[in-house]
Amino acid sequence: MAIQGVLRPGFVQIRVLDMEEALVHYRDRLGLDLVSRGDDGRVYLKAYDEFDRHSLILRETDQAGMDMMGFKVSDDSMLDVYAQRLAELGAEVSSVDASEQPGVGRRVTFLSPTGHRFDLYAEIELSDNGPMTENPDLWREEPRGMGALRFDHCLLYGGDIDGTAKLFTDALDFSISEYAAEPDGTKIAVFLTCSNKAHDLALVRFPEDGKFHHASFLLENWNDIGRAADLLTRYDMSVDIGPTRHGITRGQTIYFFDPSGNRNEVFAGGYDYYPDNPTRKWTADQAGKAIFYYERALNDRFMGVVT
Amino acid sequence: MPESRVKILIEGDSTPLFDERGEGVLRAMERVGRAEIPVGCRNGGCGACKVLVLKGEYKLGKISRQHVTVSEEREGYALACRLYPETDIEVRPMGSLIRRTTG
Repeated sequence: MAIQGVLRPGFVQIRVLDMEEALVHYRDRLGLDLVSRGDDGRVYLKAYDEFDRHSLILRETDQAGMDMMGFKVSDDSMLDVYAQRLAELGAEVSSVDASEQPGVGRRVTFLSPTGHRFDLYAEIELSDNGPMTENPDLWREEPRGMGALRFDHCLLYGGDIDGTAKLFTDALDFSISEYAAEPDGTKIAVFLTCSNKAHDLALVRFPEDGKFHHASFLLENWNDIGRAADLLTRYDMSVDIGPTRHGITRGQTIYFFDPSGNRNEVFAGGYDYYPDNPTRKWTADQAGKAIFYYERALNDRFMGVVT
Repeated sequence: MPESRVKILIEGDSTPLFDERGEGVLRAMERVGRAEIPVGCRNGGCGACKVLVLKGEYKLGKISRQHVTVSEEREGYALACRLYPETDIEVRPMGSLIRRTTG
């Protein structure tokens, strides 16, 4: 299978209340590397197993939450194709100049019906601190903290999740791998993929738009999830739930909060998806098991705490 | 018994909490297993633990202005997770964990 078009989630820009506290969290606890600090105060970070220059951007301000999520696209010519398709579907599309973020080319950007901003880009500098490519060892330096391998996906909350999902499936060629729905057919959660992954973007229906549930970082296995849990307690970090497993995607997970209250996930596993696979469906009455497979019940925070 | 520990009252319950370690009101509540104030992110970002301080002096840490504006802060609103009492205080829980309207 040749992956063309949208390749993967590329970056997420998150608002933090205190940059230095945020850096201790993302750099020292999660284990991301600090790539650069911009003149405007934004800080750029990258997980050790990522080739591209950066995947997490932190912006200090007086509110928490997500500014935008970026997806990497296979080539520049696709950006205009997508811009046209998105506009035809009624999305507000505009563009961002190259180098608005250091090392990143031009971007097509659109606002979705759930109030989330998404960017598409084809060019980004290759990091000189990415995975080795010649007789490669596992890593250049042993991973720090939880040892996050990559920024994996986001879960976003908002009203018209069908509208946002439609932009991704109809304009950007994503598939719906899995969803949960009420008895009347109303979808309450939609999981979208542009790859072999169980999800690259997830959406949950919520009475407010533009909300950020979490950014997820990949770990290798359940053992590493356990080690992350050890660190969460050792450093007295705010834990939402876990270690546990999701029914949806089968991912093994812990949810916890950064020092500004933004939720993070460390996640391992999940099934492999192919575009010819049937879509998996959950009924709303099984939402507990869908989200927390072992607990088989939602906690108040999952549905209520967003930034 | 230490004399300097501050007493926290949650309106409607006469049993006080004590902020023995300077960890703030929300942690003081969680530490003794009480739940009158909703527990969200614990880090000033989500607004679940919003309270109105009815009496007392306090310091407020950094909080997301989405949930307590500057003028609300002047009126005594705070997020309990970032509320560090300097004298005995009394608070009224004002926040909630928003739920889906369906299911």
